[in-house]
Amino acid sequence: MPHKTFLAFILPSIVAMLLFIALPIVSVAVQSLFVEHQKVLLTVETCQPLGGCSTETRVDSEASAKLRAEQPLGQFNGLGTYFNRAHLAFDEIGEILRVNSGLGDVAARIYDLPFYRALAFTLAYTFIVTPLAMLLGFVIALAVNIVPALLKGPVIFFSLLPMIITPLIGSLILFWMINSEGIIGATLQAVFNDPTLSLKASPVLTWATLFVYGVWTNAPFSFVVFYAGLQTVPGDTLESAMIDGASRWERIRYVVMPHLAPLATFVALVQLMDNFRVFEPIVGFSAQANATSLSFSIFNDLRNQNAQLYGSAGATSLLTIAGVVVLLMPVLIRTWREHAHKS
Amino acid sequence: MKHILAASVSVAALLLGAGAALADCGAPAGSVRILSNDFAALKVVADAAKECASDAVTVTANQTTEHKNIQGPALTVNPAEYTVAVVANNSIVPLLNDGLIRPLDELVAKYGQDLQPNQLIKIDGKVMAIAFMGNGQHLFYRKDILEKAGVEAPKTYDDVLAAAARIKEAGLMEYPLAASVKPGWDLAAEFVNNYLSTGAEFFEPGSAKLAINGDNGLKVLDLMRAQIAFMDPDYLTFDAGEIKNEYEAGNVAIMNEWGSMGGAILDAEGAVDGVVANTVLAAAPTFAGGTIPAAALWWDGFTIAKNISDADAEASFAAMVHGISPAVVAANPNAATWLVKGYEPGPAAVGVIANANGGARAYPMTPYMGLLHTALSTELADFVAGKEDAAKALADVEAAYVAAAKEGGFL
Repeated sequence: MPHKTFLAFILPSIVAMLLFIALPIVSVAVQSLFVEHQKVLLTVETCQPLGGCSTETRVDSEASAKLRAEQPLGQFNGLGTYFNRAHLAFDEIGEILRVNSGLGDVAARIYDLPFYRALAFTLAYTFIVTPLAMLLGFVIALAVNIVPALLKGPVIFFSLLPMIITPLIGSLILFWMINSEGIIGATLQAVFNDPTLSLKASPVLTWATLFVYGVWTNAPFSFVVFYAGLQTVPGDTLESAMIDGASRWERIRYVVMPHLAPLATFVALVQLMDNFRVFEPIVGFSAQANATSLSFSIFNDLRNQNAQLYGSAGATSLLTIAGVVVLLMPVLIRTWREHAHKS
Repeated sequence: MKHILAASVSVAALLLGAGAALADCGAPAGSVRILSNDFAALKVVADAAKECASDAVTVTANQTTEHKNIQGPALTVNPAEYTVAVVANNSIVPLLNDGLIRPLDELVAKYGQDLQPNQLIKIDGKVMAIAFMGNGQHLFYRKDILEKAGVEAPKTYDDVLAAAARIKEAGLMEYPLAASVKPGWDLAAEFVNNYLSTGAEFFEPGSAKLAINGDNGLKVLDLMRAQIAFMDPDYLTFDAGEIKNEYEAGNVAIMNEWGSMGGAILDAEGAVDGVVANTVLAAAPTFAGGTIPAAALWWDGFTIAKNISDADAEASFAAMVHGISPAVVAANPNAATWLVKGYEPGPAAVGVIANANGGARAYPMTPYMGLLHTALSTELADFVAGKEDAAKALADVEAAYVAAAKEGGFL
């Protein structure tokens, strides 16, 4: 293909990517370097229907509007927002490292900082849910592959259900089921003979519930991809393995799995990215007391009572992007090496 | 001839009367576009305002729980997307901060004959909003359970805790108390309620410096923890809607709940037998020997956008005044705790009125209160979950608030 034709072919995509992916990220990056102008405050008398009159502080909206018109982005703050307590908290960590009573104390106090708390859950969710969901998806794919043709349609449909349901709705449904009066909650109480058992109360059980939900909702994606992959496993190789006396497990281990390895890399890549931005289950399960994620922090900054912290949300967004890049690095390096090896 | 004259006079009078009824709200030509939260009382107001629609006046209403998030951008554009923003103590603040609403003094003089002085929200001497209903959290309790446990109606938080202990001892209920302490907006509101009753201020006068990190803050947190001992173990997931369900299911004897939910609790729907008949609404308890009920007073009112034509502003004001007119309120007495002339409080309004009469304080309208509310909503989570002590929790709240206030340009 001549270069010119290729360029004409690819140009629309490049323009779209620049406009809708690169430009927003640049804009968020720029915004994260700024904070709002120093507000001009006035003290005025305020009268309300039920509380009477009192003197309260107000923002001088005209003076503030003038400042904003001069510099619409706000005050330049450099990387200040990145280093403050709501994000990387360098000062606080320095203080913790200087004065502490042992490793446990350091860990507990760092975990108390909002960014690290969110990061801890996000990483735990990513690294526990991704492999388990892939494993479950693979097992389902193997099982569906040997189901008689007549039943395949319905079985595939039901296996895909968790993916079809909107994540927020799915988590709400499960949340109601684990309620102490819901079917799962009540059953667990009966099984363990403990009327105070609640999956929503303790941090450990909340995390476990979220992980189970994550595996449930993510498994269908792995299943679909692996199931498609299973259809391409060469029959000859399988047959010869059988003739050589390989058991079913040995055939899966030495024929099917190596064949599906590139697919597994792809699934892992997509799932890692997906799970790193975990958000809906935290809202759906009302779990913010025990689990927050990076996406949840961004949501919190933008859904304040009445003041959106754009700089703070921007900083968390960029830190999330950095996290995704770090996370995907090993997989990307491996893919690139394989590619270089081949060519 | 005489008959004809009499007949024509009465026909004319009828016609005049009908004409007056059609143009009852007296709204001049213009476009009325209302943005409000979405609950029953506001539906009543918006529907009444829509009666003003005529050939010259168009009235539309967007009622959504997302109103707080769209009001800023919607009123910033010129001309504004909405001419009327229905707000509360907290949601008026960003509109004031950005100067998006107009003073209403002239319109009040022209159309506000039916308004009462205490409906006028005055800031720096200028009327910026017209309040029409009050709200707040207060006690709902079960008199049958209290009687069985042999305790009096609770007036203070000491009474509440003692009653809860008695109910539990008597084996009447395992978890007699409920409050909306789900980390997030609800939890912060609960702290604000209790802190207001100490009589102390949230901020140092005239500045955005936080003042809650002291004895009063600690007392409030201790009280919250003492209550939690009598709550269902799932309390961390209980918001205002959920505790209402628990109460209606007969699982709770005493709860702190929104007055605006009173109507829904007192109706026969959704409750098990005996709950509605035995429910008593009362002022929020006082605490630590004080006399102020532990509840913030809230009002809902309307504001008129700045970036619209004067004609639209006039039409909007007239239509909204019609929407909250004494006649509308008289037809819907149980929809809310109205602040409107001639309103007789119904059974569902008793609690909010008792709060106000008891001297409860209004939710602060200071510009940085929203940032504090957010800091409380996330940083108190560990405390109510029992993972952190009160001093640490307050220190965390202060640190989170300072970080946010610096970014917001207040410190």
